[in-house]
Amino acid sequence: MIKHFISLEWKAFFRSASFKMNLFFKILLGFSALWMIVSFFGLGVGAYYFIKNELNLDPLETINKFLVFYVVFDLVFRYFLQAMPLVNIRPLLYLPIKKSKVVSFALNKTIISFFNLVHAFFFIPFSVVLIIEGYPIINVLGWHIAVFALIYCNNFINVFVNSKDVVFYSVISFLVILAGLMYYNVFDVTAFTSPIFESFYNAPYLALIPLLLMVVLYKMAFSYFKKNFYLDAGLAKKVNIVQTEDFAWLNRFGSVSKFLKNDIRLLKRNKRSKTTLLMSFLFIFYGLLFFTNSIEAYKGPFWRIFAGIFVSGGFLFSFGQFVPSWDSAYYPLMMSQNIRYKEYISSKWYLMVIATIVTTVLASFYLYFGWQAYVAVVVGAIYNIGVNSHMVLWGGAYIKTPIDLTSNKKAFGDKKSFNAKTLLLTIPKLVLPMVIYAIGHFILGEVFGFTLVAICGIAGLLFKNKVFDIIEKVYKSEKYKTLDAYKQNN
Amino acid sequence: MITTSNLSKKYNNNLVLNIENLDIPKGQSFGLVGNNGAGKTTYFSLLLDLIQPTTGQIKNNNVLVHESEDWKPFTSAFIDESFLIGYLTAEEYFYFIGELRGQNKADVDKLVGQFEDFFHGEIIGQKKYLRDLSKGNQKKAGIVAALIGNPDVIILDEPFANLDPTTQIRLKGIVKDLAEKQGVTVLISSHDLLHVTDVCERIVVLEKGEIVKDLNTSEATLKELEAHFSGTEAI
Repeated sequence: MIKHFISLEWKAFFRSASFKMNLFFKILLGFSALWMIVSFFGLGVGAYYFIKNELNLDPLETINKFLVFYVVFDLVFRYFLQAMPLVNIRPLLYLPIKKSKVVSFALNKTIISFFNLVHAFFFIPFSVVLIIEGYPIINVLGWHIAVFALIYCNNFINVFVNSKDVVFYSVISFLVILAGLMYYNVFDVTAFTSPIFESFYNAPYLALIPLLLMVVLYKMAFSYFKKNFYLDAGLAKKVNIVQTEDFAWLNRFGSVSKFLKNDIRLLKRNKRSKTTLLMSFLFIFYGLLFFTNSIEAYKGPFWRIFAGIFVSGGFLFSFGQFVPSWDSAYYPLMMSQNIRYKEYISSKWYLMVIATIVTTVLASFYLYFGWQAYVAVVVGAIYNIGVNSHMVLWGGAYIKTPIDLTSNKKAFGDKKSFNAKTLLLTIPKLVLPMVIYAIGHFILGEVFGFTLVAICGIAGLLFKNKVFDIIEKVYKSEKYKTLDAYKQNN
Repeated sequence: MITTSNLSKKYNNNLVLNIENLDIPKGQSFGLVGNNGAGKTTYFSLLLDLIQPTTGQIKNNNVLVHESEDWKPFTSAFIDESFLIGYLTAEEYFYFIGELRGQNKADVDKLVGQFEDFFHGEIIGQKKYLRDLSKGNQKKAGIVAALIGNPDVIILDEPFANLDPTTQIRLKGIVKDLAEKQGVTVLISSHDLLHVTDVCERIVVLEKGEIVKDLNTSEATLKELEAHFSGTEAI
């Protein structure tokens, strides 16, 4: 029976749509996985010597101090990213297989998940280094086993927590409070927890406690899982109670408003688009890398423009490059309705402009790093609105990757987004403003450089209609191909 | 109203549809039946310009479908879930379609209001997104959305599938009423021979992309269709 399960898993993995990519990307993926393993490994080995030689602290003691946060953070991380294997077992429900068998397989599967293995790449080398450095083997082993038992406890806790938001948010707020108290030296939770971790080292037999806890949690997860093994319990899809929203205030945008309303609903109500919103928010802080002078390579003056464009344009890039793919799930509807493409495109354009302006206001904290930093953001925003908004929409018209709004798959990029045409379009998006700024910078100084880029941005607005015409033509000429490509996922 | 001539569609040299000539007059309720892969959905997709014909053409009210988009204002359709916007509630979806078809909220409310018994209280005011409705309820919402904006041509692919018996009977009433009283041309495909003979004035049987029967519905039609599909037809 297990043999059948494993062969099913094997097929599910290798036949998944995301695995069908060309050789180049497979190699690239392989390399990035290898890189992650190597860097975790390096961290494991390096952590010991770094803490000892650079910070002059005792390595094991320091690790023990922060281990409590590490373990709790691991739980939070799992909550967000580790999916329960529940969905895959629906088709097995009515087959003549014992329930407990399916449940234990699904549960055992989580044991070898990436979320557990990744820790091994840190803790195993770290423990090995400890032994090499003369720490007694038995004690290190006890500590090591205890830590792993705790990580596996997390794995099984996640099975319950996955469906209970209340539990999760109380845990996370508790954690934030503890970290805050520690930061302000009010109350140091690690004073209580690090002795616990140390005791695993000092008295290795104590590792039995977390091991026992792990077994108990496994049993609990098992029975919880089994109890919820019904279509209307654990296997049910969550259905939210929602309200119809009118957005009447958007009517002032005239005929564009009907699309604008839908686009806002699209952003608000789908998992994938929420991720995009979060990512665009994080982009605001991307500029810190440049303006704090923390990275040597980014010190040149033109990098300011580069940073300014990314800080103000996070949403513009991450949303805009997938227009019209956001509407891929119902593209046949859109194509059989009497839609004016101009209005459709304008709606997306307005969204990007509004988001860029909001971001620019939010980014005003860059004033702290000098007026040049914030002016770079503002100028970047002007260039984004005037030029890049059109470029991004134009590039998006050639991308035919269907988007599954309800899942986060591929939210972090997709190979189909890289083709010759879109690559070519990045030149006016990023390289051109940097070149323009450089010219101004070297002729009359930075103010002139900023002015030139801003003028280019404003001039770009004049071409709005022209570019919209081009995009409309692309939409029309690519219509059948696009419809066909979007169908692949549905 | 709809004239099809020399229409064919090939995928990799595999001929999936080949209709030499098919005229559907205005106000006719037209049924398309055939087994899986007969080409029903392909024909409807060609009618909506969602795929390109390999040869030939379709004229919808004298508009060449694959060249002009002027057929869109008077044609509406519900083919499958890809005609629904999953993250909208049913009301939002109706208003959106209404706006696209030049109807204001009051118009939409009035039209949708006529279908209260069709909805059976399971569509309006449900506080659910369309993607969370059951398959049958999604279909109801899609069919009613296709009626918004007084279209002259309505295309419904498998409208009876997934519907409960009560709704099937009500839908039959709606379709008959559209064709007989309002002069709307209704195109329906179905696997259910009984329903389609009940509703449609004319039934065309497709087989491997070709028209093999073109019948004006009469008392004998159901028998004839059953004989055809069971393979016991007298030759």
